[in-house]
Amino acid sequence: MPKLTIDGIELEVAPGTSVLQACEQLGIEVPRFCYHEKLSVPANCRMCLVEMEKAPKPIASCAMPCGEGMVIKTDTDTVHKARKGVMEFLLINHPLDCPICDQGGECDLQDQAVGYGFDRGRYGEEKRAVKDKNLGPLIKTIMTRCIHCTRCIRFSDEIAGVSVMGATGRGEHMEIGTYVEAAVSSELSGNLVDVCPVGALTSKPYAFTARPWELRKTESVDVLDAVGSNIRIDTRGGEVLRILPRLNEAVNEEWISDKTRYAHDGLKRQRLDRPYIRENGKLRAASWEEALALTAAKLKGAAPEKIAAIAGDLADAESLLALKDLLGGMGVASLESRQDGSAIDAASRAGYIFNSTIAGIEQADQILLIGTNPRWEGALVNARIRKRYLQGGLTVTVLGPRVDLTFPIEHLGNDATLLNAIADGSHPYAETLKAAKKPLLILGSGALARPDGAAVWAAARAVAEACGLVREDWNGFNVLHRAASRVGALDLGFLPAKGGRDLAGILDGARKGEVEVVYLLGADEIDAQNFGRAFVIYQGHHGDRGAHRADVILPGAAYTEKNATYVNTEGRAQHTRQATFPVGEAREDWKIIRALSGALGKPLPYDTLQQLRKRLADANPVFAQVDRVTPAAWGAFGTAGAVAAAPFTLPVENFYMTDAISRASATMAECTEAFVSPAVAERTGTHG
Amino acid sequence: MSASETPAGPATFEFTADNLALAQRIIAKYPEGRQASAVMPLLDLAQRQHDNWLPRAAMDYVAGMLGMAPIRVYEVASFYTMYNLKPVGKHFVQVCTTTPCWLRGSDEVLAACKRKLGIGPGETTADGQFTVVEVECAGACVNAPVISLNDVYYEDLDGPSTEALLDTLIRGETPKPGPQNGRINSAPIGGPTTLTEMAQRNGVKPASQE
Repeated sequence: MPKLTIDGIELEVAPGTSVLQACEQLGIEVPRFCYHEKLSVPANCRMCLVEMEKAPKPIASCAMPCGEGMVIKTDTDTVHKARKGVMEFLLINHPLDCPICDQGGECDLQDQAVGYGFDRGRYGEEKRAVKDKNLGPLIKTIMTRCIHCTRCIRFSDEIAGVSVMGATGRGEHMEIGTYVEAAVSSELSGNLVDVCPVGALTSKPYAFTARPWELRKTESVDVLDAVGSNIRIDTRGGEVLRILPRLNEAVNEEWISDKTRYAHDGLKRQRLDRPYIRENGKLRAASWEEALALTAAKLKGAAPEKIAAIAGDLADAESLLALKDLLGGMGVASLESRQDGSAIDAASRAGYIFNSTIAGIEQADQILLIGTNPRWEGALVNARIRKRYLQGGLTVTVLGPRVDLTFPIEHLGNDATLLNAIADGSHPYAETLKAAKKPLLILGSGALARPDGAAVWAAARAVAEACGLVREDWNGFNVLHRAASRVGALDLGFLPAKGGRDLAGILDGARKGEVEVVYLLGADEIDAQNFGRAFVIYQGHHGDRGAHRADVILPGAAYTEKNATYVNTEGRAQHTRQATFPVGEAREDWKIIRALSGALGKPLPYDTLQQLRKRLADANPVFAQVDRVTPAAWGAFGTAGAVAAAPFTLPVENFYMTDAISRASATMAECTEAFVSPAVAERTGTHG
Repeated sequence: MSASETPAGPATFEFTADNLALAQRIIAKYPEGRQASAVMPLLDLAQRQHDNWLPRAAMDYVAGMLGMAPIRVYEVASFYTMYNLKPVGKHFVQVCTTTPCWLRGSDEVLAACKRKLGIGPGETTADGQFTVVEVECAGACVNAPVISLNDVYYEDLDGPSTEALLDTLIRGETPKPGPQNGRINSAPIGGPTTLTEMAQRNGVKPASQE
C-alpha cells in the first residue's frame, strides 16, 4: 500500500493505482483525452501531466503507478504551462468548427480548452485535413477533428473484440480509420461515439438534431433484451432524441448495444395512438369508452375457460400483475407469457435466472454455452465474457452452433444429447467442468423452446448438479433470456394455472373454436393468423403482428413512456422512468387494465402506482428489492427425460430486429441491410 | 492513409515454395505466442517477391499467416516508409537528402535524375523502369551523397556521375556498386593515408606523401 502526497494531502492507495486515479480519489480533476477507465493506458495525449518531486520533467499521471513517498503537485505553474503547451499542439490541426460540430457542448476538448487553451493561435502554417471514413450506418466521421487519442482503436480491440480500427501512416500523415473501407461490424459499435472525446466520431442518426443543453435527461432501463442495461433517455419536447448508457458496474458497465442505443426511432413509427375496433374486417378509430365497453362485453360474454391471455416480450411487471389479477379473478386459467413456446416454468427461481450474475462472470474459469449466441441474445453478457477472457485463464466451450463470439472457443459439437452424456459423466468434458474452480453454464432461451425443452432444462440441471456448478457460495447455472418481460412474468407466475392452456394449447384451442377470446398484452412474436375465429384483444404500443390481427386495439405505452418494473435475466428488478408521454390517446398499460376492470364491474384494488407496486412486492418480494439480486434457492425443475438428438438452433436471426420497436426503426433496418443481409446472402448463396 | 489511395493489386497472394520455407524459418525465431513479431521480415519477403511493392492481398496473407487482425498489418506497412504500398519502377532510385548528403550536393543528384528521367521525387517513369524517391539518412554519410538503387548503394555521386549511372541502367547494364569517383570504399580520395604498407601489399597505391 504505497503512501504518497498529492498537493500536500497524504493518502494511501492500493498497489498499482496510477497517480491519475489517486488524484481522482481526492477529487482533484486531471484533464485527459486518451485515458479511459475501461481501456488500456497508452499515455499518448500527454494532457494529464503533473509534477513529481525529484523528476526532471512533468510526468503523465495516467501511466505512472503510485510509489512510496511520491510527492505530486497538480496545481503549479509548471503543470499549467505543460498542459497549455499540450493543448496548443492538439489545437494546431483541430478545426474551429465547434458551432457546426455535434459534439459541441459535451466535448472534452472544448471543455478543457476553456481551462488550458490560448486565446489565439500562434500556428501560421497550413493545417492538415483528413478524409472522412465510412464506418457504416451508425457512426459519422469527421476525421479532421481527430486528436489521435486512440480510444476508438482500443475500444474496438479490447471491448468489442473486432480489430478493425487502427492508425495508419505516420507522423503528420497518421490517420485513424479502418484502412480498407469497412463498417464497424459489432453490436457494440455505438459506444465508439461515447468514447471519442472530440467530434471525430459522432452518432449518424443523431446528426444535427439537438444540443445537449436542450435535452431533458431521464434515467431509465433498456427493455430490448433481457440484460436490462441502464440507460439515459434524452428527450426534447416529447420526443426521444437519443439513448445513452448509464454506468452500472453490475449490469452493463458503461456500454450498451447498438439496438438499445439506436432503435428508439422506432418509437415514432407504426404507433398505436388511439383505440381501434374492427368492423366488417376493417379497423376503425374508436373512443376509449367504446373500446373498453366492447372488450368488457366480450370478456363477460365468454366462459372463463374460453378466454386466454398471452403476454409479450416487452410487457412490464405492473401490467402483467394487473392482467393476472383481473383475469385470474374471473377464473381464467389460460395465462401465457412464454410466447416462444419455451418449456421454462416457475418451478424454481434458480432454474430460470442468471444465478451467477453478470458481474459474477468475471470469477468464472470455465464457461459452457448451450444453444446460445450471447453476442446477439445479450450483447453485454458477451462483452463481460470477453472481459473475463482478456484477464486470462478462461475456457469457453460451446455446445450448439458455432458462432464468432469475439473470443476463442472450444466446440463440443451441436448434438443436444451430449448434455445427457456430460451429466452422467460419460463425456470427457464432465471432468473438465468438475476440475474447474468456478464453472458456469449459460443455457440459451432458444434451447428451452425446443419441443423437448423441459428435458433440455432438466439435463442442464443434471449437468450443474453432477459437475459441481451449484455450491454453497457459487451457483453457475444460468439462463440467458432474450425477453425483458420473461423473468418478471415468471416471478409473478403469469403462467397457465391448473387446467389452463399453454401457448400451443391456446393456439390449438383458438383454431378449433374452443378459445373464443384472446388477450394479447403486447404479444407480437407469435403468428397472429393462428387465432382462427377467436376475438383478439391487443394491448400494446406498435402496429406490429399482434395488432394486425386484433379485433380491438387498446393503445399502450412504450418503455420510455411509463414508470414500470422489469426484471432482467439475473432476476434484478429495475424501474424504467417516464421520459415522454404516451402518444395520442395511449395510456400506461396497468392503467388500461385498471380501467378495463372498472368497465367489467370488478375494479382492481389499486388506483395508484404506489399501491400497485405494494401489491407487486406482496406477490413476490423480489419486486421490493429494486436493483438488487436476491440469490435464489436451488430446487428441482425441468422434466427428466432423454434429450432429442436434434441440433440446437439459434433463436435470433437478426440482432437488429427482435421486437416491435426495433422492427419499426429505420436505423435498425439500415443496420440489417449493412450487417445482417450480406452475411445471410453469403451463407445461403442467394446474392448475385 | 487508406486502401482507396493505393492500387487494388492482385486478388490473391501466396508465397512461393522457397519463400514459404524461409517464412517458416523466420516465424520459428520467435517464441510461441509471439509470432506477430515476424510481421516486418515477412512483409519484406512478400515485397521482394511481388515486384518491390505490397498489395493488400499480400498484407492480408501475412496477417492470416501470423494470426493477426489485418488492420494491425496495415498499420505496420503504412508506418514504415520502406514498404511500398504502390507499384514502383524496376529501378527504385532512393536518393538520400538528409543533411550530410545535402551538404555534399544531393540537390545535384536529384536534379540529374530529373534531367535524365524527367521525373521528380515520388514519381515513376511512364515505362515503369524508374521510380525516384527522397529518403532519410541511408547511413552511408562517409560517402555522401548516396543513392540506394534497390538494395545496392552508389556513393560519392555528383550530377554527371549520376547521369552516367542512370545511362548505364537505361542501357540495361549493371553499374559498378560503391563510390563513383574512384575512391576505394571510404578511404580518402587519392588513396590510403594510413596502413600504407598493407595497402601496397594489396596492390593499392597510397596517397602520395609530400
